[in-house]
Amino acid sequence: MGIEIYLLVLLIFIIVGALIAVEAKNLLSAVISLGAVGFGLSIAFLFLRAPDLAIVQIAVEVILLIFFIRATIGRDIIPAKGHIHWAGLVVVCLLMVAVFVFGFFAFRSLNEFGAPIIASVQDAPSNKYLKDGLKETGAANIVTAVLLDYRAYDTLGEATVLFAAIIGALAVLRGRAATEKTGSRRNVSRRTESRRAGSEGRKDK
Amino acid sequence: MIYSLCFILFIIGLYCVLTKKNMVKIVIGLVIMEYGVNLFLVLVGYRRDGVAPIMDKTTDPLEFLATSVDPLPQALVVTSIVIGLGVTTLAIALCIKLYEKYGTFDISEIRRLKG
Repeated sequence: MGIEIYLLVLLIFIIVGALIAVEAKNLLSAVISLGAVGFGLSIAFLFLRAPDLAIVQIAVEVILLIFFIRATIGRDIIPAKGHIHWAGLVVVCLLMVAVFVFGFFAFRSLNEFGAPIIASVQDAPSNKYLKDGLKETGAANIVTAVLLDYRAYDTLGEATVLFAAIIGALAVLRGRAATEKTGSRRNVSRRTESRRAGSEGRKDK
Repeated sequence: MIYSLCFILFIIGLYCVLTKKNMVKIVIGLVIMEYGVNLFLVLVGYRRDGVAPIMDKTTDPLEFLATSVDPLPQALVVTSIVIGLGVTTLAIALCIKLYEKYGTFDISEIRRLKG
């Protein structure tokens, strides 16, 4: 029973943090509340006996916070001028209530919390990993054995996605500096022209 | 009960993505949804009074098999967290670039789709 109390308190903390992150007017405080959510999540992973996950979560959260703060520092939310679409808001809320009710009933078909599938199904793959992991891979940490041996192709795909995303982010962020160094004069003049048109369009609004 | 709270976390993220007009808020909503899903997957694999899936010299293999939590969701969630970092980084890079171009994070003002 003990761990469920801890998890409940921690989950309520996480949900409150998420609500503040969603509703805060200042972007920087929203981002910092998101950081609180992430670190709370890593403590939850520790309670759930997943130390590897807790470590990864902390590292990822720190990097993410740095990126978010880089994006938001000194920029407040300018309140939207147009009217709020009340009908749309009502539809969204009804949709979310419907999704929640559906999920609530779907979760009843799962096993109880604390009784995982590997306890009831004897030939689940996890049981084989737990039984033979040390013998077959030599890794005392079964999570690492799964990650780097049994499902190594999955990790290869993960690294591929990560590198693709980083290359994409770098390509998006450096854009202009690279073209101005190598670009022709015609390119530059066209760009300034379009920029001027853009600022005029903004003024019109 | 705990599953439902975890699902509420997901719903908060969904609400943020659907209703907010600020791009950074939308990315925050995506991150919250990702956290909800990750936590849910780890919760499904938890065994009551379980031990972490790490052996040492004094561990009895049979007892370990009977008490360890499920290692498979944990391994896959590690992958998911790292991929989430990549996706979020790309999204934030796009936000920064759009802010430089339009001077605002408001998606209802960013309408002109020209090069």
